[in-house]
Amino acid sequence: MTDRKPLKIAIASGKGGTGKTTLSTNLAAFIAEQQEVVLVDLDVEEPNSGLFFKGELIHEEAIFKMIPQWDESKCTLCGICPKVCNYHAVIQLGPSILVFPELCHSCYACSELCPADALPMIPKKTGTLRDFQIGNLHFVESRLDIGEEQAVPLISKTKKYVADKYGDVGIAIFDSPPGTSCPVMEATKDADFVILVTEPTPFGLHDLSLAVETMRALNRPFGVVVNRYGIGNYEVITYCREENILVLAKISNNRKIAELYSSGKLMYQDFPEVKKSLSNILDY
Amino acid sequence: MKEIVVISGKGGTGKTSITASFAVLGSVDVVVADCDVDAADMHLLMQPDYDFAEDFYSGEVAYIDQNNCISCGKCVDVCRFDAISVKNKLFVVDPISCEGCGYCARVCPTKTIVNKNRLAGKWYISNIKTGSIMVHARLGIGADNSGKLVAKVKNEAKEIAMEGRKGFILVDGSPGIGCPVVSSLSGANFVVLVTEPSVSGLHDLKRVYELVKKINIKAGCIINKADVNPEKCAEIVQFLIENDIVHLTDLPYDENFTRAMVLGQTMVEYDHGILKELLTESWEKIKQLVIN
Repeated sequence: MTDRKPLKIAIASGKGGTGKTTLSTNLAAFIAEQQEVVLVDLDVEEPNSGLFFKGELIHEEAIFKMIPQWDESKCTLCGICPKVCNYHAVIQLGPSILVFPELCHSCYACSELCPADALPMIPKKTGTLRDFQIGNLHFVESRLDIGEEQAVPLISKTKKYVADKYGDVGIAIFDSPPGTSCPVMEATKDADFVILVTEPTPFGLHDLSLAVETMRALNRPFGVVVNRYGIGNYEVITYCREENILVLAKISNNRKIAELYSSGKLMYQDFPEVKKSLSNILDY
Repeated sequence: MKEIVVISGKGGTGKTSITASFAVLGSVDVVVADCDVDAADMHLLMQPDYDFAEDFYSGEVAYIDQNNCISCGKCVDVCRFDAISVKNKLFVVDPISCEGCGYCARVCPTKTIVNKNRLAGKWYISNIKTGSIMVHARLGIGADNSGKLVAKVKNEAKEIAMEGRKGFILVDGSPGIGCPVVSSLSGANFVVLVTEPSVSGLHDLKRVYELVKKINIKAGCIINKADVNPEKCAEIVQFLIENDIVHLTDLPYDENFTRAMVLGQTMVEYDHGILKELLTESWEKIKQLVIN
């Protein structure tokens, strides 16, 4: 039984602003010249990839996370629900049960252990998913509502949407959030390969080492792309060599690239060396 | 004592570089808090001595004692995070997927599952090169709750600032709008928004500003690398005017930021020209705005 699933490439970093979105958008557009590809923006707190494409909106849906809602009419004030919530998201104040949605992890313990069925789980909107198409490129973006604090549930549901809808597309590229904590882990944990984008500076190197630790903890194959090569120093290259980490490409520091990016334009067409880097990455 | 928090929305705009410069300018009157706990970088510019270090525990992780497990599978049935799997007929918890809800332990008929406190990271109090103190931290791999560690760093910094009668706490925040950012903003008297003149910069600035507005804190903005796109820069200035955000300054793109970083220096130590001047002016302006 063969399971035709897309090759999942996640693009992550450690440090913010190294060029994840620049790489994912240009890489996706480059691939789309030849074959169908889906680009997914999982940086749900600050989704930027969509700024570089104008596509046709195919589908839009509200995404929800499940939280408990107190049904006063059924509650016997037995006191079980605050006891079973490890996040202090459900508390008892006198004769009332209060729920704090921003603390809730949707574990369902309070709801399912309630003997009176007084805490049914209800959906709470956490963000919006949009699905666009431009030729061969499918672009899916999820956007966390302002005030919602948890990125992980939205990232998880977006991945599921893509797996269900685009399961037979050859390649899927996931633009991940910066950092190394829960949102990044959720975004990269199922990837077949992770590209870590860094810059050759002390901050870049430090954060890269944290990202590498994270990838190793998740057991993901990964490689590094050094962006803005030419500034800073060579310690990043030395580090990769010492750690036996594959450097997929070095993209030169070029003000023109920054200017195009700042205007929301793709740039690989204008820079043959970048185009070459992209095809090197894909060959790997 | 006033609290100044530096955030950006978009990563890579220069938050940490600029915060570090302010820390040097503020000198002994400023306690620094590096709240970008999952990718902290202030220590690369502040020469901290790690005078005090403590483990940080937050949340729990489930652990199955194989000796008592009867393989009933109830734990797998209730786990919403796919954290329990069967490997070689043994039920095993994946600590990275486990969110410490404790549900599995509650339903286990033989009470085989225990919840252990999760070591989520480490936090430090350091003497730094300005003669002042920095509170900083390192979040562990797979640790949840980067909001809690942020709160810990801030609260410790607050205590130190109060005890030492310092004028300011200066917080280096993280990118985004999620839990660590919300945690950094709690209790802030002034927010410095660092942005860059690009479509992404403006887009992310707007989003993070919506969050700042919700919490109702006075804000000022620094446009870094301003000359890379004058048109976008003007758009941002327009946005600032429309939203009553103080336009603190525009910093030109300067590769000296990186040269200084490589030497472990902040721009106000390395530069002797316009960047130093603009950063100093901004810091003075911020102090004025926050005291009033």
